[in-house]
Amino acid sequence: MTDATENTKLIDVIDLRKSFGELEVLRGINVTINKGDIVCVIGPSGSGKSTFLRCLNCMEDPTSGHIIFDGTDIADMKVDINIHRRKMGMVFQQFNLFNNKTVIQNIMLAPVHIGLSDLRKAKLKAAFGKGPKPEKTKEQIISEAHDRAIELLTRIGLQDKADVYPSTLSGGQKQRVAIVRALAMNPEVMLFDEPTSALDPEMVGEVLDLMKQLALDGMTMVCVTHEMGFAREVGSRILFIDEGKILEENAPAEFFANPKHPRTREFLSKVL
Amino acid sequence: MYTNLFLAVIKNESLLQNSFFRKLDKFLDVLINKGGYTRVLVGLKNTLIIAILGLVIGVLIGTLIATVRVIPKYKVLPRVLNGICTFYVGFFRGTPMVVQLLLFYYVMLPLMGLNMSGVNVSIIVFGLNSGAYISEVMRSGIQSVDGGQMEAGRAVGLSFSTTMMKIVIPQAVKNILPTLGNEFIALIKETSVVSFVGAADLYVAFNMIGTNSYEFMVPYLAMAIIYIVIVVLITLGIRLMERGLKRSDRRN
Ligand SMILES: Nc1ncnc2c1ncn2[C@@H]1O[C@H](COP(=O)(O)OP(=O)(O)O)[C@@H](O)[C@H]1O
Ligand SMILES: [Mg+2]
Repeated sequence: MTDATENTKLIDVIDLRKSFGELEVLRGINVTINKGDIVCVIGPSGSGKSTFLRCLNCMEDPTSGHIIFDGTDIADMKVDINIHRRKMGMVFQQFNLFNNKTVIQNIMLAPVHIGLSDLRKAKLKAAFGKGPKPEKTKEQIISEAHDRAIELLTRIGLQDKADVYPSTLSGGQKQRVAIVRALAMNPEVMLFDEPTSALDPEMVGEVLDLMKQLALDGMTMVCVTHEMGFAREVGSRILFIDEGKILEENAPAEFFANPKHPRTREFLSKVL
Repeated sequence: MYTNLFLAVIKNESLLQNSFFRKLDKFLDVLINKGGYTRVLVGLKNTLIIAILGLVIGVLIGTLIATVRVIPKYKVLPRVLNGICTFYVGFFRGTPMVVQLLLFYYVMLPLMGLNMSGVNVSIIVFGLNSGAYISEVMRSGIQSVDGGQMEAGRAVGLSFSTTMMKIVIPQAVKNILPTLGNEFIALIKETSVVSFVGAADLYVAFNMIGTNSYEFMVPYLAMAIIYIVIVVLITLGIRLMERGLKRSDRRN
């Protein structure tokens, strides 16, 4: 590996294994995700795609192996995972918007909460003479988060939905709000777990379009998806996972034109 | 007083009615002219204070216990806390409220060398007791909230406890509001035993009026009516609150 790729390395997954009780779901995954990569993860149902994605931000704790993110092994249980998760956005199949919060509150909640708790810590430190006075006030943190939320909502054309509750949105709108909620934390990477699988067909396009925009903006993305068109067009790399292992990894053009592994060929013949 | 006039008009009525109105007259005399109403107001105040503060303490304790119960139990600390909570809930659900009041007032306080009014003791014991019940209700409320809500909170970097407080528990409370209302009504009704530790509640007030007027029919009837009115008002209040909380469920 050259120095150039070493510099752009974002996530390094080393011999990742995950078992649920007796069932070994991930059986030694090794993969490197570089800044700007659009990695599309495909494979049969139950092969461990979601588990792999959820291990990347330790929503599932790996049974063994390492996840080196920004130079830190976040698979180590001693690491404060909350700090690292803020830099990894996650989008779920079922949207999971906060039902008791309005759309704009959904987007502002984490930035404001984290901003304010950091502010409290900084104030405490400054009071003991151990750090500089915090630069921003409480009001500034909230108004900045608000402005950013409005900007994000405007970007997806839902600024007029800022004050409604999620239950009044369509599936496509919910998922787009979920995506910008993750973006509000300015993450370094976005993790998508079948973001369009729970949507009515006519709403798939709007979500995929937003994801394409993110890709064009240079966001690093890991997407578990069944949308082969999206994977081929937008992906920079395809991972094919079967029975908890990466069987094949290639650029999309080569992957779809010349699948090497017999299981890949079998899978593609079913879905294409 | 007022009924004297009335009684004169219906002199020819049956003996039963006659005697009832005489009783009513005696009752009103003690209630209004002899200051009985101040006792009733004090009793009403104590009954409400004990039930309301008991419920507030109960919700806090119950939420805390329910949270401990749903924490993933990989580590030692959550397991120890869980054991303590199981004991606590078992004790308070396994003994009658009167026994708890008596134990607290006549055993715990002297042992600790403390002095406390009957009302304060009642508030604490009602809080501890309803905490045990509410913890079970709250746990099922928390479990009825979709697991994706916790996941989404954790995924944006919020801690377990922050996500619990800001996202999961508000939704859980909404789900269990009717049950919490029932718990409040149960507490109101159970206040009728706090006189065991010398707290002046509605029972004490009406019992006093009965003693002073040498008849108990009307005072206890009046007491029953007050309890029913309180319960009906609470029921209406809960309805209104539920309607307000339904806002976030509305669909287009
Ligand atoms: N929390 C869990 N507990 C037990 N088994 C699980 C859990 N999550 C996933 N599994 C199992 O792991 C396997 C892989 O699941 P998953 O990663 O969701 O597959 P995919 O996303 O590729 O369909 C499945 O057999 C599933 O039943
Ligand atoms: Mg899956």
